[in-house]
Amino acid sequence: MEGFLPHPWWEVWYVLSLPVVVYGIYRINQLAKERRETLPLLALAGAFIFVLSSLKLPSVTGSCSHPTGAGMGAILFGPAITAVLCLIVLVYQALFLAHGGITTLGANVFSMGIAGPAVAYLVYRGCTRSKMNFYVSIFFAAALADLATYLVTSLQLALAFPSATGGVLESFGAFGTVFALTQVPLAIVEGVVTALIFKYIIQVKGDVMVRLKVIDEKRLGKLKEMISA
Amino acid sequence: MKGEILAGAAVLLLFALFLYVAGMDGGAEWGGADGEAEGVIDGLTGGTYEPWISPIWEPPSGEIESLLFSLQAAIGAIIIGYFFGYYRGRRSA
Repeated sequence: MEGFLPHPWWEVWYVLSLPVVVYGIYRINQLAKERRETLPLLALAGAFIFVLSSLKLPSVTGSCSHPTGAGMGAILFGPAITAVLCLIVLVYQALFLAHGGITTLGANVFSMGIAGPAVAYLVYRGCTRSKMNFYVSIFFAAALADLATYLVTSLQLALAFPSATGGVLESFGAFGTVFALTQVPLAIVEGVVTALIFKYIIQVKGDVMVRLKVIDEKRLGKLKEMISA
Repeated sequence: MKGEILAGAAVLLLFALFLYVAGMDGGAEWGGADGEAEGVIDGLTGGTYEPWISPIWEPPSGEIESLLFSLQAAIGAIIIGYFFGYYRGRRSA
């Protein structure tokens, strides 16, 4: 979509994304200095985004789209760090695949790296507080983050291209039909796959999740028991 | 085992839906959603909008594009496999 966001919109999204990315880099530096044991998990979260965002899957609408994979990073590390991870993937796709774009990078970092992860983070924390099953919480967080990303993309395009008759709202409906509707089945698959990979993380690196305050010791113990039973 | 079965079922269901829609032959082209969004932009602006910049480099063919997409997936998959292999191996050692 290179060049598809006109002035002033592409600048707006750059300005909104930049501070979050800068804060994310600061947080990663902090982790690298003070909590080195979390770095393998950070690599895992980045790699998960690499894989999922490369898979263009067919959907029920007769077109293809790809999941984002950003929910996992957001649950583990929060939205700011996830924004940096998404930036890496988006730059790769913009430079080598002509997918996305450099001028639309700000907008894409915002929808995929900030808005989606913020939804994942809040949904996960909300579900945990209401004592929902751990894996169901992960499912909702990752699936809704995926969907939110494409809703925000639709909104970004609608703001830049308001319909002459029905304004931004009508455009949002048109873009939403293309993006968000296609995304629904893919979001469900992303939610399920993310929940499954968290089962494996609990098995091998649950202690780091406790240190990242993603989960408390008692709950981790119960989940581990469930897996080995 | 329950998680694996659920995940497998979700992927199979998506694939079954795809086969069903493809089998109905409603003229679906299975193009990218972003390509379709460009069509929506054309519709909204009456075809007057021209992208004001084009990508610096584009994969010269569909084959090379899928090569680079596979490379992206492979890089990610290697890291994921290494992570779980390393810590699982250490646990059982």
